[in-house]
Amino acid sequence: MLGSAGLHFATGVCALLFLVPFYLIVRNALSTDAEITGEDWQWFPADVRWDNLTELFDDTTVPFGRSLWNSAVVGVLHTVGTLLVCSLAGYGLARIPYRHADRIFYAVLVTLMVPAAVTFVPSFVLVSSLGWVSSLQGLVVPGLFSGFTCFLFRQYFLGFPRELEEAARVDGLGYWGAYWRIVVPNSLNFFAAIATITFISGWNAFLWPLVIGQDQEAWTVQVALSSYMTNQTVNFHLIFMATAVSILPLVLVFLFLQRWLVQGVAQTGIKG
Amino acid sequence: MSTTTTRDATRPVPAEAPAAGPRGGVRGSTLSFWLFTGPFLAGLVVFVYVPIGWSAYLSFFEARYTVTPDKFIGFDNYALMLTNGDFTGSLVTFTVFAAIIVPVTWALSLGLALMVHRLRFMKAFFRSVFFLPTACSFVAASLIWKMSIFSGVRFGLMNTVLGWFGVENTAWLADPDPPWYWLVIVTVRLWLQAGFYMILFLAALQNIPPVLYEAAAIDGARPGWQTFRHITLPQLRATSTAVVLLLLVAAYQAFDEFFNLLAKSTWGRPPLVELYYTALGDDQDYGAGSAGAVILTLLICMVTLLQGRFLGFGRGDDSR
Repeated sequence: MLGSAGLHFATGVCALLFLVPFYLIVRNALSTDAEITGEDWQWFPADVRWDNLTELFDDTTVPFGRSLWNSAVVGVLHTVGTLLVCSLAGYGLARIPYRHADRIFYAVLVTLMVPAAVTFVPSFVLVSSLGWVSSLQGLVVPGLFSGFTCFLFRQYFLGFPRELEEAARVDGLGYWGAYWRIVVPNSLNFFAAIATITFISGWNAFLWPLVIGQDQEAWTVQVALSSYMTNQTVNFHLIFMATAVSILPLVLVFLFLQRWLVQGVAQTGIKG
Repeated sequence: MSTTTTRDATRPVPAEAPAAGPRGGVRGSTLSFWLFTGPFLAGLVVFVYVPIGWSAYLSFFEARYTVTPDKFIGFDNYALMLTNGDFTGSLVTFTVFAAIIVPVTWALSLGLALMVHRLRFMKAFFRSVFFLPTACSFVAASLIWKMSIFSGVRFGLMNTVLGWFGVENTAWLADPDPPWYWLVIVTVRLWLQAGFYMILFLAALQNIPPVLYEAAAIDGARPGWQTFRHITLPQLRATSTAVVLLLLVAAYQAFDEFFNLLAKSTWGRPPLVELYYTALGDDQDYGAGSAGAVILTLLICMVTLLQGRFLGFGRGDDSR
């Protein structure tokens, strides 16, 4: 058995190993190419080059600024849309009596067996025949109808205290009114947890944006990053600055929304 | 798919008696039902059911560069895919990959969870550190691995460190013999995922009643391996099973790191990467691509159904 000090020491060593990639991003992002590729390993740049940041956005070979904007728009629309559509459906399936509700719920459950990634060819066929290739709606809309998110909301609403809704009905509210005035305001924690997870998976998604983003104009930040790896010219400092910028929003999410994130992970058990 | 929410998966709630609903009775609630679920269900049909159906249809046609083919060729696309060494090879690649990544991630995330669980100081800090890589995308992580850590040139981190011990530079990714690329592929996913599964294990560890350990101590069990083997591990069985199955399904969908780390190389292609090059590469063969998608869909359905068996959907608290 390890003593307490030994345990803390071993954990610390593991933690350092886990932080090495982050260290490399920061070091490379703020160095010159000469320092990165130099003969001897340099732990830190001789002087910190914040100029790399402006150089990144001025670089015209890869539309990085544009891709960042696309990712932000896609991430927000993806999150808001998924939450809206899936929470309404989850509530309907959990609470509103309807003769065929069971059968419909099974039709939703069946889709859980097939991960969306596996059917990207069929989805691409559909979206391209709609003329949505390289478009915002092509990036966002097909991903909104997540059977799994709907399922999570249904499970959550099944456990929502019925008394609160009954109080709303006494006040003369129908399902719609009760949902927006009572159920949603009392479920903000759950919504925040699902929103955090949904945003992260949307921001980090790669396969679908790669398939849809045929034009540079429609690239998301992940597609732009990927293109750096196959480019003819390699500018290490720019590539790593781009990586740093692409990760920053999510690191902020981690630092400030970790409570909801951990809650979301525990509730969903999945990511992306 | 989750440890805590699958319990009711196959047990829809019985519809409430109409009397329990608000005024308006059955008619009003039918309208409400469609108002709430209509948008989602319409989207589900258009963007999930229609593509799968269309793809099944395309798979029986010769569909190169077109999605509205007219030449029916029966099962030729399936025969083509199943006799195609690249496609069957991709299934072998997946098998090798899963055989390594699943047990290794399982062990590491459990190990981290056990360590963090027993910490007395800075527990939240260490939990955050191990969890932080989850914020990175596979693309960003692949980039760090390919361009910095496992860069085949002299200034890559691994080659630098090994160089201090006099080891020659290694081409980690550019040479399939010896297959060092597996080390790169496995470590990148390990780094990204271990913290995530650690969180699941931590939650499960917190749910083990302390009284079990007290009872074991009274019975003379030595803390350490004995209590781990006979109390902790059995108590974690449901979570362990769930983690293994989640890892397996995630490995099946592996695309990002293979695509980016091994761009332009012909080795180490898992099924989705192979499918990408079939359907969206130079050939744009949607017929064969669709046949491949159907095959992969059937395979994953079989796995999911087996998973349902293992986890015992609807068996109540066992699956916790």
